[in-house]
Amino acid sequence: MQDDVVIRVVAKVMIPAVMLFALYVQFHGDYGPGGGFQAGVIFASAFVLNAVVFGLNKGRHVWPAKYNLIGICGGVLIYGFTGVGGMVLGENFLNFNALSADPIAGQHLGILLVEFGVGLTVAAVMVMLFFTFAGRLNHIRLLAKSDAHDRVVASKKVKK
Amino acid sequence: MAGFLVNASLIALLALIAILALRLHRLFAVVMLSGAFSLVAAAQFVVLDAVDVAFTEAAVGAGISTVLALATLSLVPAEEKPHSISLVPAFLATLTGLLLAVAVSDLPDFGDPKAPIHNHVAPEYIIGSEEVIGVPNIVTSVLASYRSFDTFGETLVVFTAALAVLLIIGGYTRTPKRSTKVKRKKKGSQDAG
Repeated sequence: MQDDVVIRVVAKVMIPAVMLFALYVQFHGDYGPGGGFQAGVIFASAFVLNAVVFGLNKGRHVWPAKYNLIGICGGVLIYGFTGVGGMVLGENFLNFNALSADPIAGQHLGILLVEFGVGLTVAAVMVMLFFTFAGRLNHIRLLAKSDAHDRVVASKKVKK
Repeated sequence: MAGFLVNASLIALLALIAILALRLHRLFAVVMLSGAFSLVAAAQFVVLDAVDVAFTEAAVGAGISTVLALATLSLVPAEEKPHSISLVPAFLATLTGLLLAVAVSDLPDFGDPKAPIHNHVAPEYIIGSEEVIGVPNIVTSVLASYRSFDTFGETLVVFTAALAVLLIIGGYTRTPKRSTKVKRKKKGSQDAG
């Protein structure tokens, strides 16, 4: 799809808007519909759109493979450490009341951190899934081609 | 009456899309229909006031899974192989559907305030979301604070699934070029032997 000017221009306009919308869904989840999971998927879809329109290699340039594990593990760690933080400050695991002097402010902070952790993990997982599956396609096609080549070589040998 | 009409037309559209997806053999059309099914299901969730679920259904069902299915389509033939309807699974599916339809009549009405599910912990959550947690969106307060353990478990499930995918197909060392050389050498040595 790299040759289609319309798709390229529209994608260039859409991608920042999609990412901004994902951030809105992420940090506005306390007040409206949405939250970490939805925001993560929307944020990932911006990278998927980029890779579909501009090609897998350019997509990998924007999201290198080393980001995968950082995002996937980092999100879970943020979630877990938010819970442990409540424990250290004298409450139960994943009780956010003690995170701030005011319990309601503590709950707000805890929910914000926890949702951010979920969003980070989900976004990284979705981008990783797409790149892993799409990266396999060329590999599988090459394998099929080399297998067909082998069969041709083998059949020629039999004829000889 | 208007609510009934909207619900009935959405359900009819869902059934129509499902039957079309079963009947069609062109896989591209089937993938597009599954995306349309997710969008209509999301609209149904909005009608049922489950906006967060609708959001997830639209983003995951119509968005990411359609893209993954399209990527798979580039590897497989465009047409499904013709196959006949097998009777035993069809009978079992119809029987299960009928049993579920009978069971639905025992459910409390939609939005009934006397339903058991609205009288267990829900009142405490609805009051506490405003007074104890101070978050207007009750879904978020239940998901992230009251049921934080569950959400942690869900995040861990996503984490584990991603690790499994990465371990199975994440990195491959066998390059096609090398494998052909090895195969040729093996065949050559067999010929020589």
